[in-house]
Amino acid sequence: MIQTALIMIGVGIFAGIAGAILGIGGGMIITPILTLGMGLNIKYAIGASIIAVIATSSGSTIAYLRDNVLNLRVAMFLEIATTIGAIVGALLTGVLDPKYLYLLFGCLLVFSGWNMYRKLRRGQEVLQRVEPDKIASKLKLNGSYYDKAEMKTIDYQVENVPAGFSVMFGAGVASGLLGIGSGAFKVMAMDTFMKMPLKPSSSTSNLMMGVTAAASATVYFFNGSILPGIAVPMALGILGGAVIGSRIMQVLPARWIRIVFIPIILYIGIQMLGKGLGVHF
Amino acid sequence: MQEKQSATATEMAQVETIIGRILQVGVVLSAIVMGIGLVIFLVTGDSGYAGHTVPLTMAAILVGSWQLKSYAIMMLGTYCLILTPVLRVVVSIYAFYKERDHLYVAITTAVLIILMIALAIGLTGK
Repeated sequence: MIQTALIMIGVGIFAGIAGAILGIGGGMIITPILTLGMGLNIKYAIGASIIAVIATSSGSTIAYLRDNVLNLRVAMFLEIATTIGAIVGALLTGVLDPKYLYLLFGCLLVFSGWNMYRKLRRGQEVLQRVEPDKIASKLKLNGSYYDKAEMKTIDYQVENVPAGFSVMFGAGVASGLLGIGSGAFKVMAMDTFMKMPLKPSSSTSNLMMGVTAAASATVYFFNGSILPGIAVPMALGILGGAVIGSRIMQVLPARWIRIVFIPIILYIGIQMLGKGLGVHF
Repeated sequence: MQEKQSATATEMAQVETIIGRILQVGVVLSAIVMGIGLVIFLVTGDSGYAGHTVPLTMAAILVGSWQLKSYAIMMLGTYCLILTPVLRVVVSIYAFYKERDHLYVAITTAVLIILMIALAIGLTGK
């Protein structure tokens, strides 16, 4: 029993660090460890991973808010899209064939991975236009953050707000319908479509994930998907890991984070395309 | 323009500080409650319930926590953790209101209402 608790704390610390740095929920890391590694029923694994997402989000957001890395207005504005999407997704369960959604999102993620690779090769992280985007200015979405790796304040502009909003709506539908955390989609919407730098994108994604997950977490909480003996030590580990991760992320060069992010986003994308085409691997 | 932008920046810093503090309190509180439950569970080796039963109603969790049953306390801590993002949205409305940013008071209120609808659908639907 103590052994299980220690393993879960360790898994949690790892998932928390990775999740906080990349802006993705711990679900991607937690679910395979719990199902394949520990032989846990998928129902409990999903319950645990939902708690993992919230723990990652809340644990990392404390530092990201204090250090001004994330963009609160972008988060609030886009949360309208993710929360409505989550409701639509939940209502569409059984109506819409998830196959098409897997295909659509698989393609989007692969596209985004390629786009990130191009960004990496160009070495250009921040968008500066002469003419700022009208919608972004009206909504006061343009922001700045202090990059601890480059030791300077970086001002950035946001563009393609409608496209980002649409992708976020889709991310919400996906999380409601497919039960996935969709942190990767959130980073993609901000980084690829709205042209935000990677650090504000991943920290803002972290902040938003918690809100999206909180809605579905209540369902899992009361239907018995949460095993306290597993979920609690894991959540404690994640909170600690996320606090550490949110500090590491700020001193890492954005380039390195991108290098880690690209294979992950491609992996999730290809896995989804596989699911859409009915191929399992 | 420059002046306006820096005013927006200071405003955001204040809003972020308020939200960050509250979030920190929520996270620390849930971590303490979860931690107490976990320690009781590991020390006594007793979940407080027969077999693999987990208390699933709010009433059972509160009563169990009062009786220092470890699973009940752990579930209570987990529930506090689930509420932290919701708390964050609520505090954001207040923070934006205090900074007189009416556009974002409206946007954040909309998010909270949608979130409540989602919670209601979740509780009754599945």
